[in-house]
Amino acid sequence: MSQIALLGAVEVGLLFALVALGVYLSFRVLQFPDLTVDGSFPLGAAVSASMIVAGFDPFLSSFVAALAGAAAGLVTAWLNVRLKILHLLASILTMIALYSINLRIMGRPNIALLGENTVFTPLEVLDMPTYVALPIALFGLVVVLKIALDWFLNSEIGLAMRATGENPRMARAQGIHTDRYILGGMALSNALVALAGALFAQSQGAADVTLGVGVIVVGLAAVIGGEAILSPRTVYRATLACVVGSILYRLAVAGALNADALGLKAQDLNLITAVLVALAMVLPGMRMPFKTKKGGVK
Amino acid sequence: MIEAQQLAVTFNAGTPMETPAMRGIDLTIPEGEFVTVIGSNGAGKSTFLNALAGELKPDSGHILIDNQDVTNWPTAKRAGLVARVFQDPLGGSCASLSIEENLALAHARGKRRGFGASVSNNLHEEFRTHIARLNLGLENRLGDRMELLSGGQRQAVSLLMSALQPMKILLLDEHTAALDPKTAAFVLELTREIVEERQLTTLMVTHSMRQALDVGHRTVMLHEGRVVLDVKGDERKGLGVEDLLHMFEKVRGSELDDDALLLS
Repeated sequence: MSQIALLGAVEVGLLFALVALGVYLSFRVLQFPDLTVDGSFPLGAAVSASMIVAGFDPFLSSFVAALAGAAAGLVTAWLNVRLKILHLLASILTMIALYSINLRIMGRPNIALLGENTVFTPLEVLDMPTYVALPIALFGLVVVLKIALDWFLNSEIGLAMRATGENPRMARAQGIHTDRYILGGMALSNALVALAGALFAQSQGAADVTLGVGVIVVGLAAVIGGEAILSPRTVYRATLACVVGSILYRLAVAGALNADALGLKAQDLNLITAVLVALAMVLPGMRMPFKTKKGGVK
Repeated sequence: MIEAQQLAVTFNAGTPMETPAMRGIDLTIPEGEFVTVIGSNGAGKSTFLNALAGELKPDSGHILIDNQDVTNWPTAKRAGLVARVFQDPLGGSCASLSIEENLALAHARGKRRGFGASVSNNLHEEFRTHIARLNLGLENRLGDRMELLSGGQRQAVSLLMSALQPMKILLLDEHTAALDPKTAAFVLELTREIVEERQLTTLMVTHSMRQALDVGHRTVMLHEGRVVLDVKGDERKGLGVEDLLHMFEKVRGSELDDDALLLS
């Protein structure tokens, strides 16, 4: 694998680490299986690309993109807690609706950002090639967001959110308005995903309405893979597992595609993803007989 | 003071499965009184408790706490007034959170939650002293996940959690029923200690007549969604399980046929 391909994989891995953190919030913290992600990722891309092309500041555009993602998360949560629609179905409804909304926002199926100012433009003053500077900048952002999320989940409000997902009846008895925490948590989760979408469009130079296909599986692959490797017992380790899992997943995919002996092509990506996710779910269980420590897969 | 006025609720109303679980329960509990509630399966004990906690909205009737009508308050809003220990040892805590995180959740019951650290150093020390009284050696395991504790340990911690903040009433939902006899005795003794020490107004649902007569100041029996027996003071002193059964037969004109009640 070339250095450019390697750094490219790390770059995309870091972008999807944000998706993984969002998916961790919904699937793990709130125990809310949320497929909105497949719609909120391209939503972030669509909002930021449209705004940038219209001449808005790229940082403002990315911020608005995150807000749009939060709104999408709120819709899913609202369908669930107020209208009592099953969480999985509620998220699928939002996801489907977002496909149309994203087309409306962009006005066309894709927007090219080549030559436009993006949040990564300021990096050009640095004396290094973009393919090096981009992963470094993204690494900084991911570290900051990971630490912020750790701090949040260990605060009183964050702890209440974790209790909401784990044992809602007990949470209510402790005075926690569980509905509000589901709304807030889903908004935060999808804001992270939409931000990832916005940054993805800007780093890849285009927003496309089909960007979202399979994002949830990739996010889950990162979460589950990271958990399999780090077996997290604390919030710090769990969020670290998301980041590590996401980068390793991308490296594994790049490795598989680059190994000529395997004869895999780019179109095999989804197949590889499915196999990797299945492996990540099964492998920790297979290690069990050799473990002396108590524990296992859920 | 807690007042239940003509509480009634019917499950699956208008269907062949229609079950009237409460048919007008009236009960007034003055401050500081420890009431034990007994009744056979389907008597309405759990329904009554759920209504007091806010998990269930009655079809009619009112619940007053210190003369304030809380009938329509959801559980979370009522949590500042009501503390609860569940029957299921797994039900009263979060398994994947640490002991001190569970204590922190209960410590914020009925209070505004902010962005400050959930377990500050001060709280950590406070929790250590609280949990040391259990004599279970948990004071050095505050960072352990709750799921590592036994059922009895979890119930003991749940009790401690319920008493971290002031409350108007403590609801105990057959909280010793799922434990082995020795552990149950330990948890019951702890209950007695905590209730007495803080003069808590308490409502304890139990399946055991013996237990219902042994602890507290007053015993109430529910049957088919109504209060059928209410004994306290001198009348209650020296009362045995047999006497209670006779009283029940006299009131209802029928025999009690729940083995679980007779045997335990």
